[in-house]
Amino acid sequence: MLHLALFSIFGAICVAGAVNLLVQRHPINSALSLIAVMTSLAVEYLLLGAEFVAAVQVIIYAGAIMVLFVFVIMLLNAGEEERTRGSRVAILFGIPGVLLGGVLVAWTLIQRSGTDEVALGALPGSPTIIGWLLFHDFLLPFEVTSLLILIAIMGAVVLAGKPEAETQQTGKGH
Amino acid sequence: MNPGGESMQTLPLGVDYIRFLPEIVLSIFGMIVMVLDPLVDEQRSQKHLGMVALLGTLTALAATLLMSQYPGSAFWNMIQVDSFSVFFHFLVIAVAALVILSSYEYMTVQRIRAGEYYGLILFGAVGMALMSSAVELVLIFIALEISSISTYILAGFRRREAISSESSIKYFLLGSFATAFFLYGVALMFGATGSTSIWQISQVLHSRVPLLAYVATAFMFVGLGFKVASAPFHVWTPDVYEGAPAPIVGLMSTGPKAAVFAVLLRIFFQANAPGRFWLIWVSAALSMTLGNVAALVQTNIKRLLAYSSIAHAGYLLIAFAVPQTAIADTGISSAMFYTVAYAAMNVGAFAVVSHLAGAGEHRVELEDYAGLGRRSPLLAATLTIFLLSLIGIPMTGGFFAKFYVFSAALKANLVVLTIIGVINSAIGAYYYLRVIVLMYMREPREETALPRVPIGVGITLAITAITTICLGLFPGRVVNYSLRSAHELVHPEMSATDIRRPSVIR
Repeated sequence: MLHLALFSIFGAICVAGAVNLLVQRHPINSALSLIAVMTSLAVEYLLLGAEFVAAVQVIIYAGAIMVLFVFVIMLLNAGEEERTRGSRVAILFGIPGVLLGGVLVAWTLIQRSGTDEVALGALPGSPTIIGWLLFHDFLLPFEVTSLLILIAIMGAVVLAGKPEAETQQTGKGH
Repeated sequence: MNPGGESMQTLPLGVDYIRFLPEIVLSIFGMIVMVLDPLVDEQRSQKHLGMVALLGTLTALAATLLMSQYPGSAFWNMIQVDSFSVFFHFLVIAVAALVILSSYEYMTVQRIRAGEYYGLILFGAVGMALMSSAVELVLIFIALEISSISTYILAGFRRREAISSESSIKYFLLGSFATAFFLYGVALMFGATGSTSIWQISQVLHSRVPLLAYVATAFMFVGLGFKVASAPFHVWTPDVYEGAPAPIVGLMSTGPKAAVFAVLLRIFFQANAPGRFWLIWVSAALSMTLGNVAALVQTNIKRLLAYSSIAHAGYLLIAFAVPQTAIADTGISSAMFYTVAYAAMNVGAFAVVSHLAGAGEHRVELEDYAGLGRRSPLLAATLTIFLLSLIGIPMTGGFFAKFYVFSAALKANLVVLTIIGVINSAIGAYYYLRVIVLMYMREPREETALPRVPIGVGITLAITAITTICLGLFPGRVVNYSLRSAHELVHPEMSATDIRRPSVIR
């Protein structure tokens, strides 16, 4: 019972945070409400018995990634978002679309999905099992992810570096 | 702690690595290219690094040949080597090799730095190859991201052109959005079936189909439909293709697309994802119509070919609408044949475009092709072969590609879709023929001499033109091979392999 109450409360906070994220017009406010979303999600994971994922969620998402978000917003000195005609059209069609999609997904979720029902917190989520999955069954995806990160770094180097023309010209000048 | 029970063995076997060898080879060569980049002289680096990268793709082709001798699954049912994955390995690695070959001169003309360029092509090929053999949605997602992110970056390589950066950022933002859809679909599929393994999903869906699985399929199709540029997820295509370097457009309109089609085939036919018929039907009809009609009014050859690639994605999708019955084999094999034929003609066409584009890619308007038949008869003749193949004229690969797809659709009683396809082929003929007419029947706009065709582009054109014609004259071998792989894909129990140990999540 307590489980269900906590689950509902933090679920509500999560949804409210997500809506607020979209409604706010200043990026910093949006970023702060994203922290609320991330943290309440962590609580939900904890309630589902996934304590490791919950801890990772707090450390990485609510911690590291949000700090980066805020840094980027500060660095870019992003001001208030402006409403254009395009964004009005997006709101006009987007909100009914989102509502429709949300209702559809919720409705199918409420239907009996067919997978076995489990009690809250009954699924194994301990670091041991996650470690086993990560370094045994999912060893290949885990290793291949390193390639993904390497490519991302290369992309940053290539796209953030000076265009070749300038470097060549300065090279000739010497 | 061993929840798996059966999978006691804790380290991958040696054979697992052989089944993963092409990807390993490509990654190693990618890293060699990057390490060599600062070591070689800047002026000469272009050619040398290109040679290393080309050697990498050729070694990977050899590794694929070795891999094909060891069918089965590896790394605890993460990847599966069957003739299906061998087929797509050959295709995407060959595309990468041809693109590297046709990039040599282009890099010098456009003054693009070579190191990361070749490295990213090789790493992208890892992702594409992995997509075709992955049988686990999580791994498919990572492979998809490897191939997508490297193409996002490659699209922005013409650093001095604003249009290239525009192309890169558009592709990146919209692509990430589409990937999120795919990932959400994977999560819902996990919710519906309790597994992310293609094999287990298919077992669950054979016994009962939860409603959630339909939503999951739709979400996954949105993500993958974006990657193959099928309508209504096609809007990015012309802008991205216009801005990206021409050889890279040749790559991204064939390699990643072929790999994503492989993933779609696995999800739809091997995992039995439900409710694909109307998704595919609407998307195929829209792609063909929108692509062809919009291509009619294009004046830029890259945009024209972009819309043509949307239309071709539509033709290809027709094959996916065949039902999961005895004729599924025909549908799958016609789709596989189409990807090969399309890859050959499109890589070839973009090799011509990148050769003619000149510094800064200034000559990409259709007008620039006027009189090409007189200025460079051989180049015009090869481009004509590719364009005729894109129309689907007999004696070219494009003809049999369309023929097999349409006949598979007719066998499956998809009459309306086939009629839409045939009408669209006729509309499409107009804009391809327009280019041919321009080349042969109009006076050239300028009489300046064309640059000599460099050897890399020459080899690429020769290989792609010969492949296009061979597929049009002797399609038998490819068709037989693809039929066999299609059969293995639909009836995996028939192929004698030592696979399917259950996964641990329980």
